[in-house]
Amino acid sequence: MATLQTFYERMFFIRRFEESLLDLFSLGKLVGTTHTYIGQEANAVGVIEHLDPDRDVIFSNHRCHGHYLAFTDDAFGLLCEVMGKAPGVCGGKGGSQHLCKGNFYSNGVLGSIVPVATGIALAEKKKGTGAVSTVFLGDGTLGEGVTYESLNIASLWQLPVLFVVENNHYAQSTPVELELAGSIAARGAAFGVETAELDTTDVDMIHEAAGQAISRIRETSAPYFLVLNTYRFSPHSKSDDQRDPAEIEERRTRDPLLVAGARLADDERSAIEARCEERLAETVEAADAAPAAQPEAA
Amino acid sequence: MSVPQKRCVQVLNEALHEIFASRADVYLFGEDILDPYGGAFKVTQGLSDGYPDRVFTTPISEASLFGVAAGMALRGQRPILEVMFGDFIALGFDQVVNGISKFREMYDDQVMVPLVVRTPMGGRRGYGPTHSQSLEKLLLGIPNICVVAASECHDLRALLTHAVEDDGPVFFIENKLMYGRVNRRPDDGHIGELAVRESSGPYPALTFSGTNFAEASATVVTYGGMVPVVLDAVTGLILEHEIFCEVVALSQLLPMGLDAVYESVGRTGALVTAEEGTLTGGFGAEIAARVQAAAWSDLRAPVQRVAARDGIIPSARPLEDAMLPSVHDVVEAIAALEGVRQ
Repeated sequence: MATLQTFYERMFFIRRFEESLLDLFSLGKLVGTTHTYIGQEANAVGVIEHLDPDRDVIFSNHRCHGHYLAFTDDAFGLLCEVMGKAPGVCGGKGGSQHLCKGNFYSNGVLGSIVPVATGIALAEKKKGTGAVSTVFLGDGTLGEGVTYESLNIASLWQLPVLFVVENNHYAQSTPVELELAGSIAARGAAFGVETAELDTTDVDMIHEAAGQAISRIRETSAPYFLVLNTYRFSPHSKSDDQRDPAEIEERRTRDPLLVAGARLADDERSAIEARCEERLAETVEAADAAPAAQPEAA
Repeated sequence: MSVPQKRCVQVLNEALHEIFASRADVYLFGEDILDPYGGAFKVTQGLSDGYPDRVFTTPISEASLFGVAAGMALRGQRPILEVMFGDFIALGFDQVVNGISKFREMYDDQVMVPLVVRTPMGGRRGYGPTHSQSLEKLLLGIPNICVVAASECHDLRALLTHAVEDDGPVFFIENKLMYGRVNRRPDDGHIGELAVRESSGPYPALTFSGTNFAEASATVVTYGGMVPVVLDAVTGLILEHEIFCEVVALSQLLPMGLDAVYESVGRTGALVTAEEGTLTGGFGAEIAARVQAAAWSDLRAPVQRVAARDGIIPSARPLEDAMLPSVHDVVEAIAALEGVRQ
């Protein structure tokens, strides 16, 4: 059972990792794109604490760094991948959105990943591994039809899939009110899938709800639909943000780091943060020094 | 004939039964494949009764099923997805273009995606615009997949077995008219009056010759449901006009390997491509580009292409017949090659 200290450390490290990516972009050390997870860290940390990296499987989306770090703790492999360095976890071929390591996968087309996670669940069920296949969606993904085909199949065939919908209230720049009709939770329920919805940035509460969801899946081998209402503080990608700054400021008062950090003693929190900063600095230095990915000699 | 000849649908069905009996990691997904119905074209008959834990009749959700098969393959299984009509592969294209074909390379060879998509293409049954197409050319532009086209003259059992054993994604294209026809295999090096050579490899090319591979007037390269049409055309030319052509029937369309075509063009000096799909941007266009680059000095005439008109396949049979390439179209294309004379 992980402690609040551990949760805080993981969340803080993800936060600082993502902020560093934006800094590295401005320094010209990154090219391409990134979709940072800043503000949503409690979801990844709270849910993934219940998953076993040697057995369970995650399929994540374009905003995958938080999930990847929480599951694999491989900051160097991820940073190198995003920086186009040879030691990157996919040799620089995947970049920010297309990661694979052990039982972790991500891909960059919304919705596309949901049936694949469903097929993974079927394979694991047939193999009898007891694995849970977790797929992270967002509110934007709910616009894609394959999401519903997959919910139908997962329920029909009783597959151990955890659908985690991180509703950060924006599909790129489009507010959820302009992209979604009806209730999100009702979408799971409509397919006969057990559903829970949370509206919190408290990692302990998310951890508890995810624990119940995953226990249910392990017990029944049936899917579960977990809706986490959340918010990202950073732009969709890098500088594409037209949201009302007042809205962002209001959301920042519920920053998952503030919520969890308030329960830690000041010196404890500072020590954790210093440890993360040191590890991050070492990671950035090592990745920066690593050789760039090169085409194989013909 | 010394070998009893079976219809293609039966050969494919028996091959699937053998594959299921010999491998525990093979699964089948498709619409309406449960017995006693056994699939719209009956290729999967008996499998759901024989292997109920590994045969899934599915919702009508092609887009998702391509992904489900991909997930199974990523986790070490060998799924076969039956898509009822070839036209419906369009529903699965995101999975093919952005997932199935990319996973292995973009994940730096950490995974394999050994899945087979079986689907029937082809018209001439009056099924109309959305149930009659030959869409192979849409697949030819996707790197990192294998496209295999079965024909009634190929060893269908071997082709399908190799497809399932392939460590990468394979589209296994069947043909609706082929199902009911006899799987004609070479007997003493011949099919009918034509001598036949078969190339090596899992998905061989068949080369047919009326001159026992001596000099001939032209080569026609084709695949799938066009193979019998082209063989009829070439046989007719021999009987009626004493024009001798070679036919190369490919089974591996992608990655494209044209050694059999280059060899044949070396003997004939002229090439016609024949496909049932629409003309523009097709199989013939790609082959023409490759052959002119690789065998320019062998060619004495521009490559001719036979294909469907660039339009829809109408339902009414006379309209459909006018749209799809015929024996006559193949004969005309051969006749149009400069230097081919009666």
